[in-house]
Amino acid sequence: MEPMVVHTSGLCRRFGGRWALSRLDLDIQAGEKFLIMGENGGGKTTLLSVLATVIPRSRGSLSLFGMEPERHLTRIRQKIAFLAHLPSLYEDLSAAENLGILFRLMGASNPGSSLLEQVGLDDRPDPVRSYSAGMRKRLSFARVLAQRPDLALLDEPFGQLDPEGFNLVELLVEQLASRGCTVVMASHLVDRASRICDRALLIQKGLPRWQGPAASASRAWGLLYGHEVPRAREQAP
Amino acid sequence: MMQFVWVLHKDLFVEWRARSRIVGLATYALVMLLIFAFAVGTDTTALQQHAGAYLWLAVLSASTLLLVQSFQQETEAGALDGLLLLPVNPVALFYGKAVANLVLLTLLAAVALGSSFFLYDLHLRGSLVLLCLNVVLGTAGLAAPGTLYAALTARAPAQQLLLPLLLLPLVVPPVLAVVKVTDLLLVGDPMNQLSSWLAVLASFDLVYWSLTGVLFARLVEE
Repeated sequence: MEPMVVHTSGLCRRFGGRWALSRLDLDIQAGEKFLIMGENGGGKTTLLSVLATVIPRSRGSLSLFGMEPERHLTRIRQKIAFLAHLPSLYEDLSAAENLGILFRLMGASNPGSSLLEQVGLDDRPDPVRSYSAGMRKRLSFARVLAQRPDLALLDEPFGQLDPEGFNLVELLVEQLASRGCTVVMASHLVDRASRICDRALLIQKGLPRWQGPAASASRAWGLLYGHEVPRAREQAP
Repeated sequence: MMQFVWVLHKDLFVEWRARSRIVGLATYALVMLLIFAFAVGTDTTALQQHAGAYLWLAVLSASTLLLVQSFQQETEAGALDGLLLLPVNPVALFYGKAVANLVLLTLLAAVALGSSFFLYDLHLRGSLVLLCLNVVLGTAGLAAPGTLYAALTARAPAQQLLLPLLLLPLVVPPVLAVVKVTDLLLVGDPMNQLSSWLAVLASFDLVYWSLTGVLFARLVEE
């Protein structure tokens, strides 16, 4: 039997005296598209950062692809791509040069131009410093695709994007999934994100409150917070 | 080995794209040399006798700024996090960055040295090859521990203050040696001390370059 891509049991993370994540049990299977939702400061980014091995857990157990990060860090990192809040780019280099560095360090051949075309940045030879926040997000997405990961961790993938960008993210997530990649995304745009995900987890102040099918995510949100889920700008009245 | 080459290439390429930084640092070192000259006044002999110290103080001061900047461009848009999450050997990552810093520091020291000959009216009494070797060994003594501490303090809120506080006490022995060798090459070496001081400098470089790579790998893993 294939091991779970993500398995956590009683996972906790503390920053100083504050528990950012508490008693989280989670199982995510290969090929699943999983949504982590919650309000700002709820622990979504902390959870993704722990799963991405950027920060260690404080308590509980964590295994990724059946391996413990403490013992198999390099092997796990070979399989993971993380779309973080910061775009992980060199500001003085162009989009193609940023991707070129990534490919060389991974020892892969460079199909950077086709990736840039996919994210709509193939006509921008200028330095990243002159890009808008949305363009940086698109380039970060190209970076994730370039890594050909088995597990893609996407922190607010819709953030800073225009409506066209929302559609692009959906397309790229589908593309990742079609390659067999497991996608875990954190978003507070529940309505939009739950449409492309299979299952969802709702966390509030670091505590898991609900876990179930993504189709019921909006309802769970409404029950917990007593108001409708935040919607993407294009759908706002 | 290829990863080391690509990290080195990446760092030098990024620096080339932002070359105004290194030009600014070289200017900063020149201004420091000028200030020392003004401080000493018209006593050219005193200036020439202590030229090695002034030169390396200027290089040391500019080097801390260079090291801070080398990691600032890695952290300003999260590039360092992205790099650490790639399956790149941390040892290759460290030595790539350290050698890139060595190249830049050597360039900086060469500009400062050339300028000090002009500003302080210096005359070389020793070998030019040994002077070049001394510059490379001197900057190597700053580059390896400097890269390690710059990485350690990269996310610290007061990195510009913290880095010199940590680095300067550590580099006292190689700085003493490189100043002594520079003075012996400029003023003369009647007691044949040159080879001993060069050996001291090379020994410190060897220890620093071996230890810092291992320490960086441990830091990244933890």
